[in-house]
Amino acid sequence: MDTPAHYFDWGFIHISYPNLIVIGLMLVLFAVALVAPFPRGSDRNG
Amino acid sequence: MAELTEVKPEMLEGSWTLRVRNTVDRVLPMDHLLPHRQPYYVGSWVYVFGVITIAALVWVVVSGVVLSFMGPQWWHASSLGRFFNSLHFWSVQLFFIFMVLHLWGQYFMAGWRAGRAATWMIGVVIFAASILTAFTGYLSQQNFDSQFIAINAKDAMNSAGIGAFFNVLNFGQMYGLHVMLLPITVTFLVVVHIVMVRARGVVKPIGAEGGKAS
Repeated sequence: MDTPAHYFDWGFIHISYPNLIVIGLMLVLFAVALVAPFPRGSDRNG
Repeated sequence: MAELTEVKPEMLEGSWTLRVRNTVDRVLPMDHLLPHRQPYYVGSWVYVFGVITIAALVWVVVSGVVLSFMGPQWWHASSLGRFFNSLHFWSVQLFFIFMVLHLWGQYFMAGWRAGRAATWMIGVVIFAASILTAFTGYLSQQNFDSQFIAINAKDAMNSAGIGAFFNVLNFGQMYGLHVMLLPITVTFLVVVHIVMVRARGVVKPIGAEGGKAS
């Protein structure tokens, strides 16, 4: 916590690795939520 | 002593309580408020993001109540206090992560369709109020970090011309906003948001067939 984070630099993009990792994980989670099968109960209508 | 009079139907026409009750019954019947069945397209993990956001908010509020009751010395110096401090911090992280995932899901689903524009806009206001709550939270930590943030933020507030009445160096003002006004605002708007979702049902995905909530 006392040391500054390392930064990812690419052109105008300047973002800390912790933030970059969190955003990357969020994108992965969103993609997984779209395709992962959802457990279905028997009491759903159409 | 006034005599009891018989209630006639024409007398009820002017009753505002009756009008409110009838409106609530029409707009938000109990099978909408607490449905036991959902359309088939609700069977997707995308719809879970909003619920996880609410769950995170509950933890934020519960841990925040404990922190405000016990005070800064407790949350900085004792192991249990540091645990609740961390619980508050990490549940806020989860709240924002899943709120943004919920936002992405509703954006790509065009969740404002079919009369749901107000629901979307209230969500936008919740997002903005949550950011303000988080910022005042960083100012309420009572450590060197919060002092550093406050002094740097003061320049930004002054340059925007709001430093006179939104003084980030005024701990009492920031703490009051963080533990009282803003959490009540966020919680109230979340309740309104949920009730509006329940009144119309979740939005049908683009191109989906069937289902009662169109």
